[in-house]
Amino acid sequence: MAPVIALDRVGMTYAADSGLVEALRDVSLTVEQGEFVALVGPSGCGKSTLLRLVAGLRAATTGTIAVNGAAVRGPIRAVGMVFQAPVLLRWRSILDNVLLPAELAGLDPKAHRDRALALLELVGLADFAAKRPAELSGGMQQRASLCRALLLDPPLLLMDEPFGALDAMTRDEMNLELLRVWGEAGGSGQGGVRKTILFVTHSIPEAVFLADRIIVMSARPGRIAMVAPVALPRPRTVEIRTSAEAGRLALAIYEALTRRVAA
Amino acid sequence: MTRLTRAFGRYGPSLVLFGLLLVAWQLAVSVLGIREYLLPSPWSVVEALTGGDIAWTRHIWITSVEIFGAFVLATVVGVLLGTAIAWSDIMSRALMPFLVFVNTLPKVAVAPLFLIWLGYGIVPNVLIGALIGFFPVVINTAVGLNQIDQDMLDLGRVFNAPKWRVFAKIRIPNAFPYILSALKVTATAAVVGVIVGEFIASQRGLGYVIITTQSSMNTPVAFAALVWISILGLLLFGAVAALARYLAPWAEGSEQ
Ligand SMILES: Nc1ncnc2c1ncn2[C@@H]1O[C@H](COP(=O)(O)OP(=O)(O)O)[C@@H](O)[C@H]1O
Ligand SMILES: [Mg+2]
Repeated sequence: MAPVIALDRVGMTYAADSGLVEALRDVSLTVEQGEFVALVGPSGCGKSTLLRLVAGLRAATTGTIAVNGAAVRGPIRAVGMVFQAPVLLRWRSILDNVLLPAELAGLDPKAHRDRALALLELVGLADFAAKRPAELSGGMQQRASLCRALLLDPPLLLMDEPFGALDAMTRDEMNLELLRVWGEAGGSGQGGVRKTILFVTHSIPEAVFLADRIIVMSARPGRIAMVAPVALPRPRTVEIRTSAEAGRLALAIYEALTRRVAA
Repeated sequence: MTRLTRAFGRYGPSLVLFGLLLVAWQLAVSVLGIREYLLPSPWSVVEALTGGDIAWTRHIWITSVEIFGAFVLATVVGVLLGTAIAWSDIMSRALMPFLVFVNTLPKVAVAPLFLIWLGYGIVPNVLIGALIGFFPVVINTAVGLNQIDQDMLDLGRVFNAPKWRVFAKIRIPNAFPYILSALKVTATAAVVGVIVGEFIASQRGLGYVIITTQSSMNTPVAFAALVWISILGLLLFGAVAALARYLAPWAEGSEQ
């Protein structure tokens, strides 16, 4: 079976007003079906750019990208995307924001209402369904945008620092929920199949806790500095999170990151 | 009680000023003995507001219909043109020079032509009102539709929404505050246009009433017509503001 995501020597250069900005250089990477891959790297190294390229929202300058074996030439289908900013429509209630994907896809939003409410319940926003985004904190907005990405139960999730604005405790809870949604225990994902997740974070412990594999990127232009498999057992628990092995891995990634940034 | 004091805090100062001006006006007229055809007293204006020899109801009705028609026409045409401009670059390049040209015309000077083409009646007056009022709607619609985060547009693309649906669900609601703030300008402009039309050629309407007082020297009636016109203008403006609060409550304060 073809990998879900395959990047082959991908480069991306933006033409900005101030000149050319090389965001990514020579990035090759594959993500297999059901894999949870975390992407860490200094800010500005092109993580968001990489997600946009995979989603087909922008075209790479060089190299090729394929999703499920097909070359990406425009916005791909059946993907859930969590943008770095929550990007909620300020005129809609939280519930209606979560239902937006159904409406945009031409489906009947009423048929998805129960699922939307269940998702909001899952992330602790049940009481805020009728509120407008401006009435929610940044962290709550992020959780709402996560619900929106999950509404249509997409097999592929591209997540850009989805828990960046959350306090530590909520973040831990959300991590566990995300693993459930992903289908860590098996069978809870769509048709018993795990989702494929590409997850950008700036928290190394979060990456270690969640991922099967961690990709460390170097400062701009973003290149892959290190690929670290995470050998921790699943399902992941709080004990695993605080284990010596998790600590050692986090330290190695931290060192790879700082070494690259300093160099 | 607190609501009452707050309301007074807000409107009190202007009400007091208004009252003082009325008193000063009345005093100026009675103390200085200004003749009525130059400056009627407030009281004679109040009497003229419903005065017997003018068919006020009919004139007010006609002018209201014209103002409302002009406003609606300007809104519909403005929103359609603005949407066309935002929809595609080609339409924008085709339409914009025309619209800018039309907007630089002194529209009041075009009014007599409408009369030649369309004859008497409410239609030319509606058109003049709409012509004066539509341009801000075009511009604000186009700007509001385009003034949107790339992220929001990407949202539409991620979910593979067709262009028209992105307009319906994302761009148009996003443009609401812009359109609604233009409508406030249009409300005022429509009143001006309609009255100008009635000045030029009409046998009905408040503008016509004002013109007739020129020859009859019935200044109190002219003042009364002015009062009626501003009441109509305020009503329309208030209705637009209420509509804005109803349609885009999330945009309170962010418009203009
Ligand atoms: N639309 C754009 N136009 C020009 N430069 C951009 C654009 N988007 C991102 N960049 C630049 O590309 C680099 C990578 O950005 P980004 O992918 O957002 O990094 P990260 O998500 O890792 O912080 C940065 O230097 C950023 O300034
Ligand atoms: Mg980013």
